[in-house]
Amino acid sequence: MSNKKGGYPQPPFLQKIKRMNTFIKDRQNQILTKGNSDTKIACGKASVAGSVSQRACVFCGSRVVLYPIADALHLIHGPVGCAAYTWDIRGSLSSGPQLHRLSFTTDLKEKEVVFGGEERLYNALVSLIDQYKPKGAFVYGTCIVGVIGDDVEAVCRRVTREKGIDVIPVMAAGFAGSKKDGYKVACDALVKLMGTDTTYKAPEHSINILGDFNLAGELWMLSEYYKKMGVNMVACMTGDGRIDDVRKAHTAQLNVVQCSGSMIGLAKEMKEKYAIPFMKVSYFGIEDMSDALYEVAKFFKSDEMMEKARKLVKEELSQLLPALQKYRQDLEGKKAAIYVGGAFKAISLVKALRLIGMKAVVVGSQTGNQDDYDLLKDLCDEGTIIVDDSNPNELSEFVKQTGADLFIGGVKERPIAYKLGLGFCDHNHERKEALAGYDGMLNFAKEVHASVCSPVWQFMK
Amino acid sequence: MFENAPILKSTKDYTATRNACKLCAPLGASIAFKGIRGCVPIIHGGQGCATYIRRYLISHYKEPVDIASSNFTEEATVFGGGANCYTALNNVIGQYNPEVVAMCTTCLSETIGDDVNLYMHNYKEDNKHENLPHIVTASTPSYQGSHMDGFHEAVASAVKTFAKAGAKGKHVNLFPGFVSTEDLRQLKYILSDFGLDYVMLPDYSDTLDNPIWESYKRIPEGGTPISEIETCGSAAASIEFGTIINQGSLSGRVRSKSLSSTAASYLENEFGVENHQMPMPIGVKLSDTFFNALEKISGKEMPTRYKRERGRLIDSYADGHKYIFGKKAVVYGEEDFVIAMTTFLDEIGIKVVLAATGGESGKLESEIRKYCPERGEKILAKNHFDYENIHEWCQENKPDLFVGNSKAYYIARELNVPIIRCGFPIHDRIGGQRIKHVGYSGTQELFDKVVNALIEYKQDHSPVGYKYM
Repeated sequence: MSNKKGGYPQPPFLQKIKRMNTFIKDRQNQILTKGNSDTKIACGKASVAGSVSQRACVFCGSRVVLYPIADALHLIHGPVGCAAYTWDIRGSLSSGPQLHRLSFTTDLKEKEVVFGGEERLYNALVSLIDQYKPKGAFVYGTCIVGVIGDDVEAVCRRVTREKGIDVIPVMAAGFAGSKKDGYKVACDALVKLMGTDTTYKAPEHSINILGDFNLAGELWMLSEYYKKMGVNMVACMTGDGRIDDVRKAHTAQLNVVQCSGSMIGLAKEMKEKYAIPFMKVSYFGIEDMSDALYEVAKFFKSDEMMEKARKLVKEELSQLLPALQKYRQDLEGKKAAIYVGGAFKAISLVKALRLIGMKAVVVGSQTGNQDDYDLLKDLCDEGTIIVDDSNPNELSEFVKQTGADLFIGGVKERPIAYKLGLGFCDHNHERKEALAGYDGMLNFAKEVHASVCSPVWQFMK
Repeated sequence: MFENAPILKSTKDYTATRNACKLCAPLGASIAFKGIRGCVPIIHGGQGCATYIRRYLISHYKEPVDIASSNFTEEATVFGGGANCYTALNNVIGQYNPEVVAMCTTCLSETIGDDVNLYMHNYKEDNKHENLPHIVTASTPSYQGSHMDGFHEAVASAVKTFAKAGAKGKHVNLFPGFVSTEDLRQLKYILSDFGLDYVMLPDYSDTLDNPIWESYKRIPEGGTPISEIETCGSAAASIEFGTIINQGSLSGRVRSKSLSSTAASYLENEFGVENHQMPMPIGVKLSDTFFNALEKISGKEMPTRYKRERGRLIDSYADGHKYIFGKKAVVYGEEDFVIAMTTFLDEIGIKVVLAATGGESGKLESEIRKYCPERGEKILAKNHFDYENIHEWCQENKPDLFVGNSKAYYIARELNVPIIRCGFPIHDRIGGQRIKHVGYSGTQELFDKVVNALIEYKQDHSPVGYKYM
């Protein structure tokens, strides 16, 4: 599908915007246009000072990964901001305890900044554990904690001893890297818990699901698919998460990893430590979703399981495909810009859009790596702009240049899309609609349709 | 009817803050700086600070909110953030071509002892042949006070940086504090109708509530120009809403116990500009205070339009009073907001049982007693409160309604009572930025909402389903 005649950005594009000084100079190698450039995209770089990056910090990365562990106390050690901004912000559902939806902070003041906050941390932990009786606790150390020299680990050890639950330090100073580094910090915390249940024996054909956050109940849908195939789930890290599930996660035979950005490190570590192999999957769009089922059946080398998976996919598709038709009719030929956290999700979205007749003209992510971007480059049509760590200025410029009809992103991108008069689909962790799996694909089509085909845009052209 | 407010049973100190009823200082400063024309705020700290704050504000204002970050790294934390400051300024100036750059500090930059003012001074020196934008800074570590302290620090800092002495003019300064974009528009109409020239700071009525755009604007239109802020020093008078303002930042201070100064009190001390400080004008009584001050300053009688607004408001008080008398309300949010809202609810016969704030001035109780002289003693007023304190209190003392931002929704839902969304933030509805609170017409909208919410509650819970109220 060549689109060279389709009015897509031509080679002068980069020069043109350079003249407009839209882009920060040092960022030019983080943007490429497929077909115009053979060079590799630069990624994994720290954001440039002075940019309005859509990225966040180490703390954010650790918090999002551990957030859905619903029976744990999550105490943020630092001044009030970090806790206030992460209070119940995600759509991760729990089937039981709701403790993760509360926001706890030691709310440090100048006094602690000068004289130290260890005592305050200790008192806070003890009183919270007494009141809420959590199964475990995570203590997030924010920017200034390391600087003022609090020994968070010592406090955690002491409370672990006194209260008899695991109190795990998560040293997540925001400045110590990017959101991605925060994922690593969170995974390290999970590793500390893992393997501490020594009595549990996993049944045959057991997997862990890594990197699904049970947004809008997506995990429940996925585990149901796997159950129908005869596959058991030991733990999900970290959707609808429980401390005790993490403890026994080492007993599974396979790790199925989604959102590779956040969880691949943990999967690798579990492979090394417990010899559990892993596979990368995605649950967005029917191709990737079905592959996620087939690959697991292949792994267990079970014809019966494969047969069940095929049957399941056939049943789901026989309902889904006709249902998608009416949306596809309206959406055929429309163009979309994608800017999401992880590049793996972006890849699935490009495919999912094709299924409803749409084309991705801009694809970007906050935290993609070289492999992800290579994959994207192969997958996308000529002329598609691929970008790492973008900002509002760039994104709005791309959208304008490509004439996109839809923007897929998170909360921070929504007003940019609306301001410029184009549709928007929320595909971030705050969303309230399930977009994974077969039902999710239909929801995705509905949501895209509801935005792209709304008559309100007539007033904004 | 009005018995004493129940005393909080357990005064157990949890040490931890649970669901904070406040935000951090750089957020407030960013909002205030958004109210200066052509201004791009930069948060001097880690990348998460700017991103979280943007996300929080975007969810309320439903607008693009560009706030840059100096993107602290490990290296900057060890060796100082000077280089990051420079790069950030270069990039923001290159990319946005702003009229003003506003640098807000964070807990991190303040803790490592970064001297942002020195950096700014050096930057100006190094670039003195360039046509640089104006630069203003605000010291906003999140371990001092709340977002309100950051907000007022930014306003005061802008005035201290730019206001000049000059021949006394006829214009007035209005420092409205943290109100909605619709409130700001309303205040401008009122001042204009009194025939007053004014400088209103901040004015984010356009920058945080834009119309649709043909093309993306890196810096939205609107805001108070620096040229106007310069004239603050020669104004005939200042009006400043809020009686707490930035006193929260004094609480728990270790290094300096010196009194912080508000924008209007600075202008009074420095340039002799008469300061009319008053609570936010919500309700008849507090709106009267504001309009009286305008009459005095302008030498003009209240325009007919407002006399009629006032008359209609009081007329509606009569129409609605029975449905609300003695109903128990919980009011929460920023201190100055809570004081004004409590005063309004008190004057219409609603019994405020709990007035709570995460603010730290320690003066909420005394201020509420001052403005609600008859029943103020019976109102439980709490500084340093968080939503879980409110939650636990409400489980024991079931109120009839909540008045404040959307964050107490989970408590109202649990108790199955109405919540009147107003103030900041409104994250679960559209139009939060357009809610009108101030003046007679703002009060009218609030009054109608309160009465109708209680009527609706009664109607929905009645087995009959009356068609007339």
